[in-house]
Order: sequence, then structure tokens, then C-alpha cells
Amino acid sequence: MTSLAPFLPFFIGAALAAVTHGALRGAIMVATPVLSAVNLWYLDPATIETVSLVGRELVLVEADRLSMLFGWLFHLAAFIGAIYALHMRDRLQHVAGMVYAGSAIGAVFAGDLLTLFLFWEGLALTSVFLVLARRTRSAERSAIRYLIIQVGSGLLLLAGILALIGEGRPLGLDPIALEGWAGWLIFLALGIKCGFPLLHNWITDSYPEATETGAVLMSAFTTKVAIYALARLYPGTEALIYIGATMTMFPIFFAVIENDLRRVLAYSMINQLGFMVCGIGIGTELAINGAVSHAFNDVIFKGLLFMSMGAVLYRTGRMNGSDLGGLYKSMPKTAVLCIVGAASISAFPLFSGFVSKSMVMVAALDGGYDWVWLALLFASAGVFHHAGIKIPFFAFFAHDSGLRVKEAPAPMLVAMTIAAAICIFNGVYPWLLYDMLPFPVDYEPYTWAHIVTQCQLLFFSALAFTWLKLYRIYPPELPGINIDAEWLYRKLLPTVARRGLMLARNMAAAGRIGCEIVTDAGLVWLLRCGGPKGLLARDPVMSVATLAIVALFAAVLLLELVRGS
Amino acid sequence: MREDTGERRTPERRHLFDDPRNVQWVIRALAAACLLVLAADFLVDRDADHPWESLFAFYALYGFVACVLLVLIAKALRKILMRPEDYYDD
Repeated sequence: MTSLAPFLPFFIGAALAAVTHGALRGAIMVATPVLSAVNLWYLDPATIETVSLVGRELVLVEADRLSMLFGWLFHLAAFIGAIYALHMRDRLQHVAGMVYAGSAIGAVFAGDLLTLFLFWEGLALTSVFLVLARRTRSAERSAIRYLIIQVGSGLLLLAGILALIGEGRPLGLDPIALEGWAGWLIFLALGIKCGFPLLHNWITDSYPEATETGAVLMSAFTTKVAIYALARLYPGTEALIYIGATMTMFPIFFAVIENDLRRVLAYSMINQLGFMVCGIGIGTELAINGAVSHAFNDVIFKGLLFMSMGAVLYRTGRMNGSDLGGLYKSMPKTAVLCIVGAASISAFPLFSGFVSKSMVMVAALDGGYDWVWLALLFASAGVFHHAGIKIPFFAFFAHDSGLRVKEAPAPMLVAMTIAAAICIFNGVYPWLLYDMLPFPVDYEPYTWAHIVTQCQLLFFSALAFTWLKLYRIYPPELPGINIDAEWLYRKLLPTVARRGLMLARNMAAAGRIGCEIVTDAGLVWLLRCGGPKGLLARDPVMSVATLAIVALFAAVLLLELVRGS
Repeated sequence: MREDTGERRTPERRHLFDDPRNVQWVIRALAAACLLVLAADFLVDRDADHPWESLFAFYALYGFVACVLLVLIAKALRKILMRPEDYYDD
């Protein structure tokens, strides 16, 4: 039996969802990932589908173990996301979400860089609607920033591809060395989507602004496609080890003092991506397996955490830790499901993070990166602190905010329960996941040493939190924002541009006075030859004349400046 | 671990952590769990990949110190980084 290209069912489903409504659209949303998964099951791994575009052969579909793993993962995420979104009646989000999932699937089955580029831009153009669909002024502005950065990443990728073509190199998805224009441009393109330090703020900017469902889908697809591409194109690149270690470290400090709980999760996402980037940098079979399996688990537990916070946002309309608290009283099921996600991200034994994160840690020690290992260990304690404790604690416990709301809607609870079940399943029985990894797994997560050391790390981290909280050393949740690298383009650049514009205006005004004197003589002549209503005396011509003279002045000034310096 | 648990605004049924004794119970359970995993350090043969790993209670100490440092540094960073909520809106 032959099957469709893996991304097609989602595009067809999206087209159908666009013209239907109500229960029928809901059925299409849930059926699409299921039917698409059946289609994927029958995909012959040897299939290579190509099309011709502007004289180049595009490899639309090429499957191997790595793309299959991400393919299954994205189907799972799309299925959970579709159920989670069922309670809403929002065509824009439903359709955008499906094309977005299709683009992610298309990207991981792309057989060459140009096809990857097309789906890469597809991810950007579709996911932006999940931010816009929030329909607030601040979401709109955040969406524009998001789009500029995402499309920018795509353009860097395209520039890198053109450089590769220029060097006469093939466009297959094989490792690229970090050298030359092509190597660096593509590295930077992936780096933006992976959330490398200083390039990371689009994550913390847009995810908290997205809709409840939007944040869940966005946390699943964009960054994981980037991790997939990084694992294909730059495995064993040493710089990634240090970039990854930095990514695990710095966000946890921001997460501790951040008030918006979905932004806390966004910082925590960068921290988790750091473990994956680090594993790809180490590049051994164990490390790549660790990075990829952690990507799998992260999609599910981070999705679960985003879903639980989405449910809180949906019911209370609030997301700031300073406004929430005590919600276990009215949303007990959501609270329990959130705690499962928190235990998974913290890597408690029997939860999914435990079986994947440690692979990267062991690989770091095996590779002799002792300091990196210490950093990752610090970050592991930190992630428990901010994602494992802070998220559930400030939303559901802490001081009672007095908010009394209904439990999350049934579809949301079902979606969260499925995600929680996968978190526990992968934690208890990791072998199914291990069997899907790109390399054979020679790693045993459940040794007594691993269990005891991990429990020591986590319990004593919890003890530290309890002590700091009881003695009121722990910083309270306060309304406010924390400046980050985005300050450069959200504050410094606009300020400089505004000042520059003011300066230019003043100069133009000064120039205009000069012009008036010069043109007065000309006016007399114009009046005489054209009359007051004459063509030459009309305003547009005047302003053109003025501008031309200002430009001439500016040119003379500039020449002087250049000559003088 | 839980604070202000006695406070209630509307007359409603008492919830789990409205009773300070339950909060105490959680804290005691955590302390007991900590002692237990420390004791386990004697029993388990740890095949250490790194010399520091074989130190007694290395992970416990590291976790505790890491979290305290994390919070203290983050708290200090707040003085530099924190801005009003409308900082970027103009």
C-alpha cells in the first residue's frame, strides 16, 4: 500500500476545518492526526518523493529513524493539542494549528535543505496566528516581533543554502561543518529557533502572549523542529556543548523572579532545550539518544504544563503568580495533572524526565566535560525549583487568592490526562521510547545509584525551597517584568531611532528655512511665468523642490563630514 | 511550606491545606524523605563516574546549595532587572 506524503493529511484536514463548523469541525480536528498516523504507519521507509521547482529537484519526503521518531511525536502532540482545543469555537486557531502541525511534520520528513526551508517558513507563517488569535493589542505587537524574528531565521537559512549552492555543495541533510558563510549562516538560523542565548527572547515574548492552545502547540513544534535540524546538521559541534550549558543555566535565574507563570515555562523551555543542544554538541551515540529522547519527553511534559496553565488562564483570566494561589480548591484535577508534568520535567524516578535527561549528563561525564556536568546538575536542581515547585505552588497552593472557579472543561482535562499518562508510561517503561531512538541504547536508567542520587538532589532542593519560604527569604511574586536581551530591540533601538528621527526633523526644519530664502527669488520668477494657479507653483512641486535642495544640503554636509574625518 | 493556610474568605468547606496540621505533615514527610535518601547513601554502591560523586551526600548537598544560591542570586538580580509592567509600552 502506498501512502500520502506525511504532511498532506494535515493540510487536507485544515482545508476541511476551514469550511466546516461546530461538532463536524471538532471531529475533523481529532480525526486528522489519527488518520495521518495510520498513513504514517504505512509509509515505506524507502520512499523518496521528489518534485521539481524552478529547475531544482526538491526531496519532499525522505524517512529514517530520526524523522520517524519526530514524526510520531508530532502526531501525538497534534492529537493532544486538537483535543485540548475542542472547547473553543475559533476557526482561525483551529485551521492555523493544523497547518502548523503539518508544516512541522513536513520539516522533519524533508529530504533536502530547500524543502526544509519551505516548511521552516511555513512554521513561522502559521504559528503567528496562534499569537494573533489572542486578539489583544499586546499580543498583536508580540506577534509582529515573533514574525520578524522567525522569518528572519528563515532568510538566514535561505542565505546559507544559497552559499552552499555557490560553493557547489549538495543540499542533502548531512552534517555541515561550522565554517565558511554557509556553515555559519545555517547555524545562526537554527540557533534562533533553538533559542540560543541572546537569540532566545522570541520564546519568552510570544508564548505568554499566545492563546491557551497556541502556547501548547508552539511549545511542541517550532523549537523541536530546530533541535531535529541541529541533530542532523551539526552533531558533535563542540561549541554547542557550551552554548547548551549556558542555555540550561541563565534562564533559571529569570524563571525564579518571573511573575507570569507561562513566561516561567518559556524560560524553563530554554533550559530544557539547553540539555538537548548540549547533547547534540557532545555528539556521542548516548548523547544524541539523550537529546532526542529528551526532546520527545519535553514535548509531552512541557505541553502538559502549558495545558494546565492554559486551563488556569481560561478559567481565571489571570496568569501572574501574584494574582493566583489556592486553586487546588476549585481545580483539583488540573492541579494533580500539573504536578505530574512538574514531576516529569524535574526528572523524578518513574516520570519521563528521569529516563532521558540523565543520558545527556552521563554522556557529558564520559566525554570529560566535568564543568559542563556540574552546570547541568545545577540546572537540574534549578529546573525542579522553578518548574517543578514554583509553577504548581504559586498557581494551586501558596496563599489563597480567593478565586473560586470551575474545574477545567472536559476536553482540556482529557488532553492533559493523555499527556500525563504518556509522562508516566515513558518513566515507568522507557523501552518503547528507547527502541525508537536513532542509535541502539546501551543505558540503564533504573540503577539504585541513579535513583538515590536523583532523589537526594530533588528532595534537598525541595528542602531548600521550604526553608527559604518558611523563613521568608524566598522572593515574593511581584507584578512587574524583568529586562532581558530583548531590551536591545524593544527599548534601545526604538529610543535611538526616535532620537535620530527627531534630529533629522530638526535638521530638515533648519534646511527648510535656508530653502525659503533661496527659493524666494525663484518664487518671484515662478509667479511671473506661471501665475498663482500655474502648474509649476503647485504645492507638490514646491515640496519636491524643497526636498531636492535639502538633499543637496545634506549631501554637501555629508561630504564635508567624510572629508573632515 | 504552605503559608496563610488558615485564611478563608467565604464560608465553604475546609480544604486539605486549610488545616495547618496538614501543612506540618507535608513538611515532616519531606524531612523524613530527606533523611531516608541520606541513609540510602550508605547502602547503595555508587559506581561513581566522577570523584566528587563518591563523596558522601554529594548530590544532597549540591542540590541544597544550588537552590539556595539560585534564589539568592535571582533575588539580587531583581534589583537590576525589574521594571514596571508597562515598561515597553510607549
